[in-house]
Amino acid sequence: MYEQIAANRRKTILLIVGAIVLLGAVGYVLGLWYSSGPAGLVGAVALALVLSLGSFFGGDRLVLASTRAREVTTQDQPRLHNIVEGLSIAAGIPKPRVYVIPEQAPNAFATGRNPEHASVAVTEGLLSTMNRVELEGVIGHELAHVVDRDILVGTVVATLVGAVILISEFFMRSWWWGGVRGRRGGDRGGGGIEAIIFAVGLVLLILAPIIAQIVRLAVSRQREFLADAQGALLTRYPPGLASALRKIGAASGIPMRSANNATAHLWLNQPSRIQGEGMGPLEKLFSTHPPIEERIRRLEEM
Amino acid sequence: MPLWLWIVVGLVALLVVSGILIYNRLVKLRARVNNGWSQIDVQLRRRYDLIPNLVKTVQGYATHERELFENVTEARSRAIDANAVPDQAQAENQITRGIRQLFAVAENYPDLKANENFLALQEELTGTESKIAFARQFYNDQVMLLNTLIGSFPSNVVAKTFRFEPREFFDIEEPVRAPSEVEFPR
Repeated sequence: MYEQIAANRRKTILLIVGAIVLLGAVGYVLGLWYSSGPAGLVGAVALALVLSLGSFFGGDRLVLASTRAREVTTQDQPRLHNIVEGLSIAAGIPKPRVYVIPEQAPNAFATGRNPEHASVAVTEGLLSTMNRVELEGVIGHELAHVVDRDILVGTVVATLVGAVILISEFFMRSWWWGGVRGRRGGDRGGGGIEAIIFAVGLVLLILAPIIAQIVRLAVSRQREFLADAQGALLTRYPPGLASALRKIGAASGIPMRSANNATAHLWLNQPSRIQGEGMGPLEKLFSTHPPIEERIRRLEEM
Repeated sequence: MPLWLWIVVGLVALLVVSGILIYNRLVKLRARVNNGWSQIDVQLRRRYDLIPNLVKTVQGYATHERELFENVTEARSRAIDANAVPDQAQAENQITRGIRQLFAVAENYPDLKANENFLALQEELTGTESKIAFARQFYNDQVMLLNTLIGSFPSNVVAKTFRFEPREFFDIEEPVRAPSEVEFPR
């Protein structure tokens, strides 16, 4: 387990550097486009640094705010608080802060930079559909992420990927609507090199969100199996989480309003934005989580 | 320096470093064991605090169960006064059983089951019971790690030198888990 934590730390650094480079490249292209020279690059790298430092210290709050989670007291949610406290004791970590998200789809996530600054958030739908044992299974899974420090990777990646997606989406849209006024196309007589850079830049802007996706996939899938196993080790009752996952799978038609690409990998199960039969084939290819049936099967084999 | 001296120096350095690492691991585990023990204590105390309240609440409705009330109350004071771990464990088991019976009795009194105070107490006690179980689980896990380290080579050399003692497991009855759990209303 300790080796895994160390490996996780190396991976974190690598991913963050990768995300910063990606953000810098996007910024550079934008700078060229707006003819402001290296300002774009400098700006983007500065932004990336601020973002990664900021997400190290405040990313949890950002993620929580983006899901409209609110902190609940022991009086509001005694059962939830008791379960979180009990499992924190079992895991040997301080009790994380507890949040509830106003969503009907049953789901949960954990965030924070280390076990001392961690938060666990669950949706209202989770609270209303799960019994105590199932809730314990879910919280056990989330606390396993806390113990393994997956939450730091997850949170920082969420912030950086969010920035990349936001910038390229913003740019693509302004370009689409012809609002790129900064580009004084005519009066610079632009050579062939500039055209090539623009072409490359355009490709980069289109690819950036996809690359960002792939970065997230690298973080996510295998860690989920591990957290399932460790969570089950905490509760000493694998069927609890298995039954919770089954209920979540059955409820996958309920869409989540606050679901977005940047935070998808944080959740207990991948949230769907579209109402209907859950994941299409393309979504499956880019999914952050292993199929729920596979997770249930592994839990049942324990 | 000749080569053999370099090798000797290297080996000694390796020994010292691994000794330090093992020592630090032992200290860390001992701290976790102590921490685990105090966690169990905190939760047991929490349960002592809740029992008089529970007895009083149930008494208000179920007047015929005097023997049961006395049993639980008596077990509670025995557990608080106990000096030896086995005595305490025995009293704690009696408390666990008593509380379970109290809740079973409560099933026969619809008014009591609807009492908000009782419902809150029930949640508190269920939560505390599971926290006791989790604290015990953590404690026993850490004791196992510590005892394994103290017992196996080469860490046993370090453990002996610095007098790390193996610790005792804490065995009390596990509250019944899971399958019989009631479904909460949607």
